[in-house]
Amino acid sequence: MTTILDPTDERVPVARQITPRTANSPGVIGLLDISKPRGNVLLDELERLLAGRFPEAEIRRYAKPTFAKPCPSDLRLKIKAECNVVVEALAD
Amino acid sequence: MTATAFSLPDMAGEPRRFPTGRPSLIAFVKEDCATCNLTAPVLEAFHRAWADAADVWMVGQTADGNAILKDRHGLTLPILDDSALRTSLAWGFDIVPAVYWIAPGQEPGAPLEGFVREEWRQLAQRISGELALPPPAVDWPQLPDWRPGCGSKHLDPEIHDRLLAEADGSPIRARRIEVAPSDDIDEFMFDQGFSDGLPLVAPTPERVLRMLTGTRRSPQDIVAIVPPSMAPVTVEKVAINAVMAGCKPEYLPVVLAGVEAVCTDEFNIHGVNATTMGAAPVLIVNGPIRHRIGMNMKQAALGNGNRANATIGRAVRLVVRNVGGARPGGTDRSTLSNPMKFTMCFAEWEEGSPWEPLHVERGFGREDSVITAFAMTSGPVQIVDQESREPDQIAGTLGLGLEGVFLSKIHRIPVDALLVVCPEHVKTLTSQGDYPKARLRERIQAVTARPLREMVANAVSGAGIPVASAAKMTDAVLDSPAPKFADGKFIHIVVAGSEAGKFSAAFHGWLTGSAGSAVVSKKIED
Repeated sequence: MTTILDPTDERVPVARQITPRTANSPGVIGLLDISKPRGNVLLDELERLLAGRFPEAEIRRYAKPTFAKPCPSDLRLKIKAECNVVVEALAD
Repeated sequence: MTATAFSLPDMAGEPRRFPTGRPSLIAFVKEDCATCNLTAPVLEAFHRAWADAADVWMVGQTADGNAILKDRHGLTLPILDDSALRTSLAWGFDIVPAVYWIAPGQEPGAPLEGFVREEWRQLAQRISGELALPPPAVDWPQLPDWRPGCGSKHLDPEIHDRLLAEADGSPIRARRIEVAPSDDIDEFMFDQGFSDGLPLVAPTPERVLRMLTGTRRSPQDIVAIVPPSMAPVTVEKVAINAVMAGCKPEYLPVVLAGVEAVCTDEFNIHGVNATTMGAAPVLIVNGPIRHRIGMNMKQAALGNGNRANATIGRAVRLVVRNVGGARPGGTDRSTLSNPMKFTMCFAEWEEGSPWEPLHVERGFGREDSVITAFAMTSGPVQIVDQESREPDQIAGTLGLGLEGVFLSKIHRIPVDALLVVCPEHVKTLTSQGDYPKARLRERIQAVTARPLREMVANAVSGAGIPVASAAKMTDAVLDSPAPKFADGKFIHIVVAGSEAGKFSAAFHGWLTGSAGSAVVSKKIED
């Protein structure tokens, strides 16, 4: 952990800013299953809802080999290259 | 609870708290100090003699070292772990061993540092007397008369800065931002918008504390109110931005004065930033500090390569960006902008000038160190003359070189220009005797004087006097000569540059005066 001191007037909170929202045309939606039990059930339902709401969007499914380890770089880069947005089904 | 109270674990991991309520002898040691090893058996003897009535504790500065000391000398006295060194810092000694004898309810006084046999013997005698216990079993004659101690570990420069930054009395008040190990700190600072586009030095508390040693001013002093957000900027905030810019602590007073100068109503940094014309502060440093901090005033003075010149100008810009919130696309609306918005700061080569230096001309003493801020939109524009040998010819060239300010066609402008005369041109100017600045200004005005009618809008350029306005003027008016500047006072003159090369330069101003920006000088703290 490195600590630095804020060089600004401190009116704005320091935080990672959220990615700009994609509004009504999400393009390619990635659904990432981290391979925890029943994560696929949640994502199946989510896929059904998203397909109904954004019929023009393409939905792609991905899965981490194991939930116990970080996502392999290759998979992360693949998702980044292929998708406009990604939904990750975390934990139980 | 006083600053010297502590709770430190002993070798069994049990916390030992000071004050204990009993008389205490506290000895700070470190294992790799020969004198500490010499005195360890003496401290052990003290412990054995007085343990019933007093606490005799050894406080070691490394955990591993404590274990070694214990084994090496067969110690039974409590050995406490101050490997975090916070207690050492709070007690404030310089040398180990440092031995304190403290009566209940009293604050620690001055310690015995190192080993002076007679001092230690007298202390032992005094303690035995006060406790009414037999003297410790120390064979004093076998010990050397005197041995110096070692520097305490908490004073190692890197450790000391960190400790100071973390201590309760730290002068740091700025918000601390914790950057996760998985985050790249340099990328993080870019992402937060702290940068002018170039990499920054991470403003860690240690670095900021070191930067603050460059000034006697209190870290929480307000230096200025920075537009456009009108945020008060403290010495500490300036120091943070100075670290990021790459400054050394000794540059800080110059940066502080620079921030003060540009944040005045007269200089109007908001307008300078906001104008679509793309203005930037040009900072000139005069006086003894130029030499003290190694500023460049000679070869390549206006360019890259000198840390002080480059980082002082950059630090002032970063304060305006980060504290004032002035950013391109936000309140900085420059059409093209210019590279001086990264940094533009140099020193005048006073010793190479036949004239009074800029700061003396502006009312300061020669021995004062002063920073002067100009709002400039272009520059440095080279003025090339390798042929002239007469003083008036060089002065004429400098005048013609200034004709391009705004647009060569436009004359009688009430706009500042900053002329940087190179040493070879100075030499030619003064080759036949004194050539005062006043004469140079007159010459510039004389050689640039053109009939007003040349300024009227025409097919070549629609800029200048509107045709309708010109139509109302008499021939006499249209034929009257109009010099480049509305007054000679708009021409500011300094000397800088290499002793080889006949190339002077000009910076072109912005909107000069109360509606725009005026030149501002501020004295730099000595």
